[in-house]
Amino acid sequence: MSVRVSRRSFLKLGAAGLGASSMAMMGFAPEQALASIRHFKLTGSTMTRNICTYCSVGCGMLLYTRGDGAINVIDQVYHVEGDPDHPVSRGSLCPRGAGVLDFINSETRVKYPEVREPFTNEWKRISWDEALDRIARHMKDDRDRNFETHDDKGQLVNRWLTTSMVAASACTNETAYLTQKIARALGMLVVDNQARV
Amino acid sequence: MTNHWVDIRNANVILSMGGNSAEAHPVGFRWVMHAKERNNAILISVDPRYNRTTAVADVHAWLRTGTDIVWLGGLINYLIETGRFHHEYVRAYTDASHLVEEGFGFDDGLFVGYDPETRTYDKTNWNYQKDEQGFVVTDPTLEHPRCVFQLMRQHYSRYTVDMVEQVCGMPRKKVLQIWDLIAQTSAPDKTMTILYALGWTQHTIGSQIIRTGAMVQLLLGNMGMPGGGVNALRGHSNIQGLTDIGLLSNLLTGYMGLPAAELQRYEDYMKVRTKQPLLPGEVSYWKHYDRFFISLMKDWYGDLATAENDWLYDWLPKLSQPLYDVLYAINQAAKGEMTGTICQGFNILASFPHKDKVLEGLSKLKYFVIMDPLEVETGEFWKNYGEYNPVDPATIGTEVFRLPTTCFAEDDGSITNSSRWLQWHVKAAPGPGESQTDMAILAGLMMRLKKLYQDEGGAFPDPILNLTWNYTNPWHPESEALAKEANGRALRDITDETGKVIKRAGELLDDFSQLRADGSTACGCWIYTGSFTEAGNMMARRDNADPYGVGTTLGWAWAWPANRRLMYNRASARPDGTPWASNKAYIWWNGERWIGADVPDYPIFTPPSAGVGPFIVTQTGTGHFFASEQLNDGPFPEHYEPMESPIDRNPLHPDNPLAFHNPIVRVFPSDRDHFGTNDEFPYAATTYRLTEHFHFWTTHALLNAIVQPEKFIEIGEVLAAELGIAQGERVRVTSKRGLIEAVAVVTKRMVPLQVDGRTVHQIGIPLHYGFKGVARPAHLTNSLTPFVGDGNTQTPEFKSFLVNVEKL
Repeated sequence: MSVRVSRRSFLKLGAAGLGASSMAMMGFAPEQALASIRHFKLTGSTMTRNICTYCSVGCGMLLYTRGDGAINVIDQVYHVEGDPDHPVSRGSLCPRGAGVLDFINSETRVKYPEVREPFTNEWKRISWDEALDRIARHMKDDRDRNFETHDDKGQLVNRWLTTSMVAASACTNETAYLTQKIARALGMLVVDNQARV
Repeated sequence: MTNHWVDIRNANVILSMGGNSAEAHPVGFRWVMHAKERNNAILISVDPRYNRTTAVADVHAWLRTGTDIVWLGGLINYLIETGRFHHEYVRAYTDASHLVEEGFGFDDGLFVGYDPETRTYDKTNWNYQKDEQGFVVTDPTLEHPRCVFQLMRQHYSRYTVDMVEQVCGMPRKKVLQIWDLIAQTSAPDKTMTILYALGWTQHTIGSQIIRTGAMVQLLLGNMGMPGGGVNALRGHSNIQGLTDIGLLSNLLTGYMGLPAAELQRYEDYMKVRTKQPLLPGEVSYWKHYDRFFISLMKDWYGDLATAENDWLYDWLPKLSQPLYDVLYAINQAAKGEMTGTICQGFNILASFPHKDKVLEGLSKLKYFVIMDPLEVETGEFWKNYGEYNPVDPATIGTEVFRLPTTCFAEDDGSITNSSRWLQWHVKAAPGPGESQTDMAILAGLMMRLKKLYQDEGGAFPDPILNLTWNYTNPWHPESEALAKEANGRALRDITDETGKVIKRAGELLDDFSQLRADGSTACGCWIYTGSFTEAGNMMARRDNADPYGVGTTLGWAWAWPANRRLMYNRASARPDGTPWASNKAYIWWNGERWIGADVPDYPIFTPPSAGVGPFIVTQTGTGHFFASEQLNDGPFPEHYEPMESPIDRNPLHPDNPLAFHNPIVRVFPSDRDHFGTNDEFPYAATTYRLTEHFHFWTTHALLNAIVQPEKFIEIGEVLAAELGIAQGERVRVTSKRGLIEAVAVVTKRMVPLQVDGRTVHQIGIPLHYGFKGVARPAHLTNSLTPFVGDGNTQTPEFKSFLVNVEKL
């Protein structure tokens, strides 16, 4: 669904295409006709379609990314506008949505896995492997220690109540479904989401 | 929403109550303005504050926070006693004619069956009368004293205009003016839509407030109609989806429920969950529960789930209490009975009530994991931020992991908006640094756990080891693979009743009627079936055509259920199948089948003459005024005061202390001393959201921090004068649980109300601002709020509590 757009280049090509062919017939070299105007800011950007991440109206957003997806190039979103085709938002964004670029590129994005060891006062950067190994170990130790196969009435309950989980309010349905699958396979019941707060 | 955003434009009256969509949902609100321009629609704003929705409203009234049931109950009384309701609709499409068991009753604020010891109801008698065949007994004349209509009439006869004036603090003239406008929509060619949000939800009686709204809409014949409905304007971009997927303590996907521990046998569970019709010939769609459930178990456990082992029913965790909600979780943590918490993009320190208690709970955990795109407050609960978070890290032994996740711009997938539309989005760029998608992180944890259990064994490893995991790259499941899994597929060839093969083994399903109860289909979320079919990803569709000109764009994205945009839309036509009014035509019977602007919410070939009811998910085919056992606090909504009330009694039941607050409200023993009284904390406070901010995220976004930089509260001119507070001065707001400091906005938008013989002042407190990000640091608003929730959902009572205000 990514669409390469370059409106100005397109216009230039269209106009130049006509002009160049007729001028070439008359013997002019087309390079000399190029004007040195400032490039349209979205020239060369990649546009992707998205849905606003804030409230539940679900406004259509067009995200414009700099970079061409090539190796060694880090793409970055640098412009956001409303999707004019969207039947609800019809190209509009509210003050939150219009400022979403500053959320995407916020300086306070978390960039690396970190740990705060007990009783210390600082973050320590760690690798993904270390982070997930340690978390999985905590989960398994707790689950093995506190898993209840039966309740105090002797009924089969197969549950794990001593680790809780709260799910995000803006993650995808696909993430949510993976979360549901995993949580219940582990026997978790203390699971909630942000529907209520 | 039963209806959808664009459909608001079809309304003639818009009741904005328990929400402020102009500020909380500004772009959706354009459809309110469109209705005003297009239909001369009347916008009514009923709210504790004069807000920006109020600013463009035709009529407006201030309401004391938490008294919505009194106002709506009074409206029910008014509509019935003046006869200004939709008589034919009520007779044909609702349970008004159904008789209720003799044992059901209500006395002095309590329904039959209350046990003050356990603070619960025995709901045995909260049911319809049934005949020998098990069908509901009805009286179509609506005269029988035990019919729902008469019981409802009697119940709300106490909700007089005088009572509304006394409890809500709204002058009777204003009340009657608004009710008259609303009553006009009982005409078949006029509809009212109700727009509500957390202003209805976040009360100890929140679920019942919403029910009262639904009852009003049934009386007026506005359910299933274009421009009608009860429309929850949800707060986050995908909590509709997360709820659909069942990420709540007691749910499975598609609103199926996890079993209670008492239901030890699979047959018992099925008996409780499978809903057979209670009137002859009705659809009662939940009679197919086994199809949805078995398909889910097939998706999770594949070939291992068989009829012989009850589809591995025993592997599911079982509940010993109705909910294991967030308040329960924090209370357990504060008691030292919780080992770990995993927080997936959720700033709980800021979002849960009674911040000090949340802090105590988190500080007693052994491990805590936060996955988030931003450095939110919760991840640094252990860090000292001066007066905003005065903790000593050296005393907090929690091991905290902070994992960087991508945000919406950096992954693929669908999210579900308020209109139940699943809209697909595409990754625009990679996330910063080493951030990963939530799915990659979850898969990384699950792959490790699978290996640990494989290598070491441990407690009940079977569901972990056998959970299906057929992803191309098991460490990075793709969004499309999960979307197809949720949609569902055939495991063997599926045939219709004539024996014709309708799906080959392996093919994706088209709709949930293709689900089977014999193990031949696998489906992650039955209400999402049809979202990703052999024809492709329906959620990514972009045809915005509206061929009938009613704002219904069936080719844009995909809506559950079955791409239906307006739920209960069969009720938009008369019993004979013709539209109630030509200007409200939506779906109709053409002599052979149901057709129209939407996917009919009805069996397509069932003729009107069959007399099948329009509400095909209920057991009677009718809309229910009487909630039977569905809600914990009564079949008819009743008003109870907030846990912290600015008055000293419930004026409806002045002599019964058990009926002062919601009688079934759950208060943990350690919280009993954390409720304030109105002599110490005299002002009623309510929290809300600003246009420029989204919870605590946008305080990390520079533009938003510039336009709305600092925490403030709203205080009325009269109270400000009494307290000597001038515009822009700083104030301290205290509750029994904590304090915040903020700038005072002294305003005409808040006024004193006359309630139960005294003057009640209300204070408005935006929920935003914390001690992280680029806006000015502030105390978290939830330092103030009470640790108590709704009787059905345990949604915290953020909208009604008591505070004191002093000048700094």
